Amino acid sequence: MADRPFIARGFHGRRPQAHPERLPPGQYETRDFPVLSAGPTPRVSLAAWDFTIHGIDGGSVRWTWDELHALPRETPTVDIHCVTKWSRFDTTWEGVSVDTLLDAAAAQGVDGGAYVVAFCDGGYTTNLPAADVTGGRAWVVWGYGGGPLPPEHGGPARLLVPHLYFWKSAKWVRGLRLLARDEPGFWEELGYHERGDPWREQRYRGDP
Amino acid sequence: MSEPRPAVPGGPAPLAWRVATVRGVSPASAHARTLVLDVPAWPGHRAGQHVDVRLVAEDGYQAQRSYSIASAPEDTGVSLTVERLDDGEVSPYLTDVLRPGDGLEVRGPIGGYFAWDVVAGGPLLLVGGGSGVVPLLAMLRHRAHAGAAARARVPARLIYSARTLEAVIDRADIERLEGATEVDVVLTLTRETGMEWTGRRGRVDRGLLAEAGWPPSAAPRAFVCGPTPFVEAVATMLVELGHEPRHVRTERFGPTG
Repeated sequence: MADRPFIARGFHGRRPQAHPERLPPGQYETRDFPVLSAGPTPRVSLAAWDFTIHGIDGGSVRWTWDELHALPRETPTVDIHCVTKWSRFDTTWEGVSVDTLLDAAAAQGVDGGAYVVAFCDGGYTTNLPAADVTGGRAWVVWGYGGGPLPPEHGGPARLLVPHLYFWKSAKWVRGLRLLARDEPGFWEELGYHERGDPWREQRYRGDP
Repeated sequence: MSEPRPAVPGGPAPLAWRVATVRGVSPASAHARTLVLDVPAWPGHRAGQHVDVRLVAEDGYQAQRSYSIASAPEDTGVSLTVERLDDGEVSPYLTDVLRPGDGLEVRGPIGGYFAWDVVAGGPLLLVGGGSGVVPLLAMLRHRAHAGAAARARVPARLIYSARTLEAVIDRADIERLEGATEVDVVLTLTRETGMEWTGRRGRVDRGLLAEAGWPPSAAPRAFVCGPTPFVEAVATMLVELGHEPRHVRTERFGPTG
């Protein structure tokens, strides 16, 4: 990046921000909820749906749709930030904390390492440090805005990791693979940043 | 993204911001303009990729947006076709204020999944809505640079939905590509009321995709780009018609301005 920004002749900007402190660099606030996906929206029957955590040593634990809903529920209200530049404030979700899932997995002897890869219907994957999906900062959600999560936004269930760019919040998620070593996911292999912290503007590989 | 960016494959080469120079500005439709940029040390791109544009004001305020590249990798310069959104913040600047000789900060190319080149093969089924046609035109322009024999191996069809005739982007160039490079083009207008348009009207529906697209047995590579509801509808219909989901690549335009 250039040390001193290039000033665009005649550009003044015109979007006063209600909450500039909530907007990461390069982002703008939208009231819409745009959709970004690389392929068609998959459709899956809830009867066949499950969520599986694969441990580092080959063990796994699996929840059906109903079993997942029987776990303690949380209703986070969070700001979300897409790498395509939009941010949306105060989005409301319903789901289960990833801590709850990992604790249940550990109780059954399914242990993890320093990284996780989320895998999804449609073949999408994304990788995250385990530290980014624990400590009350990540959820598997099936509710949005008081209703069910619509398919184009990742329903029946998606990952929600609001402190990272939203491609990390994998849509149509079906489980987590726990790994000792990092392994790039779909967009990460295609040149996007490994971690994706919006406050450090980690959009693409090689960004700070 | 074919392994899009890094100049050093696999390396952590940052995608640098570069100050491009606007070489030319020309109308692409009643609502869109094409900016031809000279980008210093441009590493080249694949048809379908985009760039980020950053505008910084005197007081430090900045805005960023993404725009698809309209030009073929073989063309001189990097062209962006920008549709003006009346309530937008960046697009009115790019279409109304920017003029030849100005500088413009860009970085890219970005994206390697919604990208195509002749060696990736076909048939090529392109379905665009509104300004979503821009990356698809880059693919057709790239294909036009291949020899006739190579083109014959990769037949191409474009289904393009625009609101009105005056909103059609690069109509003359689409006609040129159709005539000179054997592209089947189906243009449908969703809100045209004028009598001079005697072609197809209405939205892209299942019947049109079945009739104008390739059958699933031909295993076309489908690229669908446009506003979110358009892409949702078209991609869903293609899968319902029997096309493999992994052969349907999409790019959805949010309401960015």
